[in-house]
Amino acid sequence: MFGYYLNLALHSLKRTPILTGLMVLAIGLGIGASMTMLTVLHVMTDDPMPGRSAQLYTPHLDPLPLDHKRRGDSPDPTDDMTWPDAMALLKAHRAVRQAAMSGGSLLLRPARADLRPFYVAGRYATADFFALFGVPFERGSGWSAADDAASAHVVVLSEILARKLFGTGTAVGQTVHLGEHDFRVIGVTADWAPKPLFYADQTGTQYSDADLFFLPLSVAVDEKFQVNGNQSGWVKGDDNSLTSANMSWLQFWVQLDTPAQVAAYRQYLIDYSAQQKALGRFQRPPTNAKLYNLMGWLAHENLVPNDVDLQLWLALGFLFVCMVNIVALLLAKFLRRGGEISVRRALGARRRDIFVQLGIESALIGVAGGVLGVAIAQLGLWSIRQRPDDYAKLAQMDVSMLLGTLALAVLASVLAGLLPAWRACHVPPALQLKGG
Amino acid sequence: MELRPILATLRRHKVILWLLMLEIALSCAIICNGVFLIVQRLQHMDMPSGIAERELVQIQQAPIEPPADRFARAQEDLATLRQIPGVQAVAMSNQVPFGGASSNGNVMLSPTQPHPTLNAAEYFGENLVQTMGLQLVAGRPLRPDEYVNADVVIKALADGNDKGFPMPMLVSQALATRLWPQQNPLGKLLWLAPTASFRVVGVVATLARANAYNIATAQYSMIIPVHMGADKDQSYLLRTRPADRQQVIAAAVAALKHADPTRVITHMRAYDEIRSDYFKDDRAMAGILVSVIVALLLVTGLGIVGLASFWVSQRRKQIGIRRALGATRTDILHYFQTENFLIVTLGIVIGMVLAYGLSLWLMLHYELPHLPGIYFPVGALALWAIGQLAVLGPALRAAAVPPVVATRSV
Repeated sequence: MFGYYLNLALHSLKRTPILTGLMVLAIGLGIGASMTMLTVLHVMTDDPMPGRSAQLYTPHLDPLPLDHKRRGDSPDPTDDMTWPDAMALLKAHRAVRQAAMSGGSLLLRPARADLRPFYVAGRYATADFFALFGVPFERGSGWSAADDAASAHVVVLSEILARKLFGTGTAVGQTVHLGEHDFRVIGVTADWAPKPLFYADQTGTQYSDADLFFLPLSVAVDEKFQVNGNQSGWVKGDDNSLTSANMSWLQFWVQLDTPAQVAAYRQYLIDYSAQQKALGRFQRPPTNAKLYNLMGWLAHENLVPNDVDLQLWLALGFLFVCMVNIVALLLAKFLRRGGEISVRRALGARRRDIFVQLGIESALIGVAGGVLGVAIAQLGLWSIRQRPDDYAKLAQMDVSMLLGTLALAVLASVLAGLLPAWRACHVPPALQLKGG
Repeated sequence: MELRPILATLRRHKVILWLLMLEIALSCAIICNGVFLIVQRLQHMDMPSGIAERELVQIQQAPIEPPADRFARAQEDLATLRQIPGVQAVAMSNQVPFGGASSNGNVMLSPTQPHPTLNAAEYFGENLVQTMGLQLVAGRPLRPDEYVNADVVIKALADGNDKGFPMPMLVSQALATRLWPQQNPLGKLLWLAPTASFRVVGVVATLARANAYNIATAQYSMIIPVHMGADKDQSYLLRTRPADRQQVIAAAVAALKHADPTRVITHMRAYDEIRSDYFKDDRAMAGILVSVIVALLLVTGLGIVGLASFWVSQRRKQIGIRRALGATRTDILHYFQTENFLIVTLGIVIGMVLAYGLSLWLMLHYELPHLPGIYFPVGALALWAIGQLAVLGPALRAAAVPPVVATRSV
């Protein structure tokens, strides 16, 4: 029966090529535009650490004085952590793994004569950083907690930087002159850059950054290396040194494997804040301490630009208009076939048969519209990739989005065809035959 | 044109009629708000900077060895740059309008005020008025002997020492009007810290901030006579003729490298690039909105073509009868055009209500101003035009139906 209906549908579509073309075009345009926008949103809110993000949490303390007033447009100082708090949390070792980190740009003087000195962006971190985030290594490894304590001048390079500095030769064991100090290379990471770079300070550019080197945080503090991102001090006349208790600048991430561990860590943060309050350092309620999971943190930081959000609504509104359009066109098309349907009904076709027949016809239009939609979406994504935005380069359609596009098109047109099909198969056969 | 037969016919196709009206109404609502959003973006992109944009180039450098005396180094560099042929004026500035990286201060009108009155951009650097081509509308420019090195100011502030204050400063007209409405700003005092007072000695017409996110506060700027000294956050600004810009950039980079071969030039660009870079998001968004509106009109037009064709082919017999009874081709043409006009008008009426609702929702979620009334006719005109255009083809085909059709049985 299916083959027969397919035949009928093809035949019917061929008979009205203009109307069919219009419907396919309407679905294609609507689906294409909507999918372009949806893909952009999809790649932007995508999980930066698939498989690992559920165990990653970032604690936030509130060391601000009671009378601290935040200016409307300035960053929130409690987004970052102070040095003493970060060190206390590290030492307490209450999570499975924990690391403090901050970004920085340092001048690199290559040993090779043909390379000029250049600035390079990287991360200052504590030893657990690599295990916490599962950074893949090509060679060597990260440093140990002992290296942190001893402020060992060791560095891990990204594969790109290692290749630039040392070509195809081995980088591990070599020396790099970074920020006017010599560092021994102990590891080279494979190409690794979570998108967005969730662990970086939010004032950095989140979607294009990648860390090209990693070195111990203690070294950065000892040598007073330059720190990227927000440094918020809240005491007037404070020296605002990196180790000050009144300036936040560090990011802190922990790994917690079970809900019990999460609850325990949350309690630990409150206890720690209460203890600091008792010591007179904190002034605000200890319950201000927060623990965000990774995706929650992304949402908190509004890592989806407002424009993209507006584009999604535009796309959905557009899709809706196209759906209404398809319903109207299909209705017109099916109602016009009252005569043919009546003949089939009079010859014994059940309502269900008519319904299936018209349903298959709508689905066929949907498939054609979907294919056109995918083509239009690819065109749209290509044009978005030409934009200079950080996130534009990520605008690629993956398989799930591709199949989603097709499914949406078929679903939209079958849904759109339901009303017309239902109306068409309720035409009383005798009336139509007489009327014709 | 008699409307009653049209209305009578339309009553027989209620579902399709409603669907069509709904589609037109939705398009109308989206178009009204979309055009408004586009105009907003265009206005944002048109924000004045107050500077001679076509005549400026910016060069940013980072010394590898920190110079022994960064203030002396800045003066040497400026002297070097001034010698370059084609350069009319040079200055060092900590920021440029729309440059992104900004330096701002909290302005108070009394030293004991608990909360600052507002936040404004702090421009540091000598010779900015002449180099940027700012227009001085009152008072006088800052004199070279009024400039103080940044380290002196920072030390005075750290010690809570008010020696050297009040310092003279220039403010933008917008800031002056906001702080002292209807008053002469010259000679007025303001504070950037409890011990740091400043006296307004001149007013420049316009000077936009480096981070002009908000159109209302985008022009709140101050120029303060402080030398920052050479470091990676400062830039050298050179004014030249538009045609000489690329040449001047090349010569300036060469001269700076010659003076200190180890330094790294981090940015060198004509000011045009800064502006186009800063507003790229607005441009992109306006582009997306335009394409959505065009596509929407296209889809709506396609829908109208399809349904009108359907109606025409369904009514071939009636059209034939009308023709046989004496209706001219023009009558038939007008019939379908009037019918379309009627449907589109009804759709627009519903669309206006939707547009208003959508605008309220957008205001709630996207900090947009209220949709001005002028945009309602824009959507209406666009839809009337697309409706008439779309129906023309099917209506002409209807008009071409010969009267003889009336005599055929099917």
